[in-house]
This record gives sequence, C-alpha cells and structure tokens, in this order.
Amino acid sequence: MQEKNNKYKIKELLLNKQTDNVIIEDFYKQKAQKPIIYVGSGTCGLGAGAGKTYTAVVSYLEKNNIDAEIIKTGCIGLCSSEPLMDIEIEGMNRISFEFATANKVEEILSTVFQKETPKSNVLGQFNSLPLKKWDNAPFINDLPFFKPQKRIVLKNCGIVDPTSIDEYIVRGGYKSLIDTIKNDKPFDVCDEIEKSGLRGRGGGGFKTGTKWKFALNSPVEQRYLICNADEGDPGAFMDRAVIEGDPHRLIEGIAIAAFAIKADTAYVYIRAEYPLAIERLIIAIEKAEEYGILGKNIFGTSFNLKLKIKKGAGAFVCGEETALIHSIEGKRGMPRPRPPFPAESGLFEKPTIINNVETLSNLPSIIEMGYEKFAAMGTENSKGTKVFALSGKVALTGLVEIPMGTTVRDIIFNIAGGIPNDKKFKSVQIGGPSGGCITEENLDIPVDYDSLIEAGAMMGSGGLVVMDEDTCMVDVAKFFMDFIQRESCGKCIPCREGTRRMLEILQDITSKPVNNDKHQALRRFKGVTQLEKLGQVIKETSLCGLGQTAPNPVLSTIKWFKNEYEEHIFERVCSAGVCTELRTFVIDAQNCTGCTICARKCPTDAIIGSRKNAHYIIEDKCISCGTCFDVCKFDAISIS
Amino acid sequence: MKKNVESIFEQYPKSGRPDLIPLLQDVQESYGWLSEENVVKVSQFLDIPVSNIFGVATFYNQFRFQPVGEYHIQVCRGTACHVLGSSTVLKEIEKQIKVKAGNTTKDGVFSIEIVACIGACGLAPVISVNGEFHAKVTVESIKSIIDSYKTIEKK
Repeated sequence: MQEKNNKYKIKELLLNKQTDNVIIEDFYKQKAQKPIIYVGSGTCGLGAGAGKTYTAVVSYLEKNNIDAEIIKTGCIGLCSSEPLMDIEIEGMNRISFEFATANKVEEILSTVFQKETPKSNVLGQFNSLPLKKWDNAPFINDLPFFKPQKRIVLKNCGIVDPTSIDEYIVRGGYKSLIDTIKNDKPFDVCDEIEKSGLRGRGGGGFKTGTKWKFALNSPVEQRYLICNADEGDPGAFMDRAVIEGDPHRLIEGIAIAAFAIKADTAYVYIRAEYPLAIERLIIAIEKAEEYGILGKNIFGTSFNLKLKIKKGAGAFVCGEETALIHSIEGKRGMPRPRPPFPAESGLFEKPTIINNVETLSNLPSIIEMGYEKFAAMGTENSKGTKVFALSGKVALTGLVEIPMGTTVRDIIFNIAGGIPNDKKFKSVQIGGPSGGCITEENLDIPVDYDSLIEAGAMMGSGGLVVMDEDTCMVDVAKFFMDFIQRESCGKCIPCREGTRRMLEILQDITSKPVNNDKHQALRRFKGVTQLEKLGQVIKETSLCGLGQTAPNPVLSTIKWFKNEYEEHIFERVCSAGVCTELRTFVIDAQNCTGCTICARKCPTDAIIGSRKNAHYIIEDKCISCGTCFDVCKFDAISIS
Repeated sequence: MKKNVESIFEQYPKSGRPDLIPLLQDVQESYGWLSEENVVKVSQFLDIPVSNIFGVATFYNQFRFQPVGEYHIQVCRGTACHVLGSSTVLKEIEKQIKVKAGNTTKDGVFSIEIVACIGACGLAPVISVNGEFHAKVTVESIKSIIDSYKTIEKK
C-alpha cells in the first residue's frame, strides 16, 4: 500500500512543481530508514566477482540479523577496482569500497556498522552535506580519477538503482521530457539542440539538431527513431554501461528525440552480447509505460511513443545506418548508397533518424541546463563532454567523461594513472578499427572531433586502447585487418578483397620464411610497395564508412611506426617479441641432457642430435612454434 | 525450459519479414543452434525461401549451425583483450580442451567461440563460460577454470 501511495506521489512530482520538496524529502527519509548496501553489478563488476560479493553480503546480514537493503547498481566507471561496494548508513556519507571481493565483505561491513572506517579497501566517500564525514576516507570527487571528470551522461551510473524509476524521477529525471512535450514545438526542440552544438557521439560527428530537421521537414507522416546501441567497436563499452547503469536517461533521451522529429515508434537496436543491458532496459521500459511516460497521449498531450527493442545479431557493419536499417527489416545487414539519406527514406522507406546511445543520453541534460550552458563546454566545434572507454596497458581502466578539449596526455597520465610496471608509453589507439593511433608527440592535442582527424585518428565511439613498449604495432595492425576483413559485408570488392590482401601482406611480414617458397621474399616486399597504395584505393572506392575507414589502422601505424614495419620486413625481427614466428630458438649445449624430447615433439624435424648428447636446431627448418621451448624440462632452450 | 519451434511461432502472430531475425534468435536461444530442420520450419512459417533465410543467418556472427557444448566458452578477441594477450589465452584453451575455436568437443561438454568484444574491456582479457564472466584470465588460470567445469560435469 505504502509503495503504491509512493508511486502515486512520485508521479505527481512529474506534474506538479509546488510539492516538489516534500515528496523528495519523503523519498529520502524512507530510504534512510534502513542501511543500504550497493553492489556494483555491471558486466565488469560481475566479471570481477560482484555476484559472490552480493551473496556474501546477504549471508552476513542474515547471520547478524541486520535489516538492510541491498541494491545492485551499474558501473561507476572504475572497472579496474571492481568489485565495488558502497554503504550508506544513517547520518553518514555514502562510502565506497574497492576490490570488495566476497572474502572482504565481513570485515568491511562489521567495521562500517560500528561507524568506523575500515583500514583497507576504502575508495572514498561521497560528499553529501549535512551528513557526517568518515575519518580517513578521501572524497570521491577529489580522487585524481574523478576530479577532472564532468559527468553528464554518466551522472547516475553506478550511483542509482537502475531498476528504480522513482529514484530517477526524484533526481530530476523525466522533467526535461515533460517540459518539452508540454511547452515546446518539435521544431524548437530541433533548433535548441542544433544551437547547443551537440554532435553525434557514435563516430560520424554530424550535428544532431541539423539531422533531425531533415527528418522533420519530410512530408511523410510516419517517421521512426532508432537508437543505435550496437556497440560493435571492440574497445568501447560506454553504451553498455549507460544502459546497465541508468536506462531511464536513455529512455528520456529517446522520447525527447522522438518528439522532436514527430516519430511515434522508436527502436533500440542493441547488441545481443549485452544480455544484462537488455534485461535492465526491458525493466525500465515496462516501468516507463506503467508511469505513462511511454505509450499513448503521454501526459495528456497528443504525443504517442512506442519503444521496441531489437537485438542485433553480431555484425560490425550494422553500425552503418543503412545496414542497421536492413537488419531491422530482417535482411542481411548490407549498406546501400546514399542518397536517399535515412532522414528522407530509411526504415520501411520512411524518414528515420538514427542516434547513438551517448548522443541521446545527453539530451535530458541539455534541455535541463539550456543550450547556452552546454555550448559553453568544450571546444569551438565540439561541444559538451565525451565518454571515453580506457583499456589496455594503463593503470586504471574504465569509463571517464571529460569536457571536449582535454588533452590525451591528461586522460592517460593524470586520470588513468599512466602506464603500469614502469613500462614506456608507445601509443594509444583511438576510434577502434576505423581510427588510428596517437603517439608520444601528439599526446598534447586537445581531444575533439577535428583535432583528432588532423592527427590522423578519429573520435569514433571513444574507445582508448593504451599500448606500451611490449606491444607490436604491426601485430596491432594485423589484428584490426583480421577483424575488418571478417566483418566486411562483401558488397564492395575493394573492401572485401582488398582488406583480405592487406591482411595477407601483414601475415607474410610477420611469419617465418617457409622452405622452398621462392616467392616469399617478393610477397614480403609488398609490405613496402603495395600496402599503402592498396589502403588508399580501399578508402576511395568503398561505399560505406566501414570500407572507407578500414585501412586506417594500417595507414596510421605505417605513418608513425615505419621503423617497426621495416624491422619486420628487412630484418625479420619483432623487437616487442609479440610476433612469435619471428623468434629464434637456440639450444644451450651446457644444459641439454640429450633427452630427445624436443626432437621427438618438433613438428618439422628441425632438431637433430643423438641420445645423451646436446641437440641442435636447424634454423632453416624451424618454424618457431615454440614447442621445444615448452617441452624442455632442463631450461636448455632459449629465445634469442 | 526448452520451447519447441511451434510455441515460439505462437509469439509472433502478425509475423512478417522484420520478425525473421528475432525468430531465429529465439530458436537458437531455445535449441542452442539452428538446425536445418528448424530453419525449414521457419521458412514455411514466414513464407520466405530457405536459401534466403540461410543467406541472412550466415551473414550474422550470432547464428550457429552446429550444436554447442554443455559449457560454451566465449573468448573475447576485442582490442584491449588482444593487447593483453587473448591470443595466447585462446591457444591455451584450445590446448586444454583439444578442439579448435568454432568447434565442440566430441563428448559435447565444451565448445569454443570467438566473439568480437563482450564489452568488459576494463578487465581484459575476458572469457565467458555460459554467460559467467572470468576476468583478467592468464594462461596459468585457464587450467583451473576449465578444471572447475570438468569437476561439475563429473558430479
């Protein structure tokens, strides 16, 4: 009954401004009655063992007869410190713990319930006046990882209960939507977003408001909005985190965009690889329908919106707008020539706008703060903030949201804590398979759409993969080419065949010469003579974004790391030691006991020697598979 | 638990071409893979030629045309995982369960699949066994992970 009452009140909050504070206070008062334990249960948290932490919390509370609430939140962005656990007890600030694995739970909880700060695992406390401070715990917002961040899209991620629509509303959610549909005309919304300077966060960087106007100006009545949550770029996971951590923000953004283009049906095209995100989104949509935020005649207006989920089936090319549309229509996800642009003729040949999750999640805040304030953030042509997914060889991995214009150096060395194990920074790959790398000398460029393109990379969806001296750039290029040639839809020959040829060249220069193959030297030299040229041709002659950007990782690594390519081609050496086939193995005659195991296991009979005498590797026959190295029990084989 | 094809069809009353992919997804979720028999049934239900359906299904990475093992191991081969050594992890898994990626062991216990990215890049390299994530795996930790599933299987 109480809950029902509450719901009624919270709904009222959406409509009536006068009673605001009373209802909000009530909500928080009720919440503060019990201690609350938050377990970070995003995909990354669960990977680090949050499931076990959750069970440990449950059994601790049962054992000690404590009445407390446990809430599964999304991810706050600090993946490398997962599992994260927050505790809120009466009258005290919310305090957050890192590496809270199941075996630490008892110690942490028992200390916290005595209102003492545990000695280890403390990440920090939230600053919420007038609550009491914990001793010896830094404020979260003062931590180097969080301090430079400006969280708009990630504002609620990891903090709120993603399954609770009430909490989202109490925190000011859905207000922008209701203001918009009650007081604005669609054209004005398009105009406001255009003036805010918001550009698509999915890769293209086209002005969102401008794109909307194309669809709005179309004479056709039926229009569609599609939210692209098919985050195919390996190394980017911000969309997943937003949906898992704050799905209502996305729904509000979708509804605002749908209103602006006068669409009554919207689709979320989401990767099937994100089961948790799908689950949370389904719950959120149900709740929003129950509250009358989705459906017919929303809040007494003539605005209707039906939101449907379409699961992607795993094709990178479906990030391309026209391919995505074909996929929703139940066809092979292959792009088609534009024009007509989807804004004129898209899904089922009706005007369709496709926006990325991060773009849409920005909308509620832009409306709330007003376009002037949003446009004041960032650089001249790139406004607002951008979420970056940090991964690879960097101390702290996870998601950071920073104002546009922050330098790459700041992100990697100040926010993310630099390169671990005293290794040397080599480069950072930005923009995934369509992007390029940024090297030491370009570290000080401000991150925005244009500067990145100038530096030979691109924003893409914002994946930052950091590489240190132990990473081989030729191998990285080969990795991307392998990915791209598998994901090429096959429509354009330059992309389908060209990427495969590029991969073959890269495979040749990273492999060991095989006996009796007279053409191999010639093929290796294609690395010098053809790789760049082929890349240019693919770029110029492909239809869609995938093909046009496919050679970028190769071209950009050639530009900055030519010496590494030359080393592979001319000297057949990989100084990072990654290209295993270029290793040379030698047997140390001192240590070899002549047990013959290596000779017996060698797949190419490259090892000779008689029993109880030191063996020898014939270099010409050796394929550097490393089997002898693995099987030797006497450490007699070394890599030179 | 396992729904048969007919009961899946019932969930799609006004079906048409746009339902093809969701239908195939549901069939695969229920059976673990798409058998020729089931594809033919989908074809009759939607009135789309079988060849056409295979054309769509083979285009997408998600669809499988052979049964998966009881424990389906997904190895993430995203960029971050690659940089942190997922290729050696994959080789080790192949060595441990003695089949190559994309195949199922003869006893039907394990199968390996390479996936582009499972979105847990902060914890690379990552593998997922039947949806359960294992983070920061190393060549050394693979054996104990696989062994733990082998012991469950024996029980």
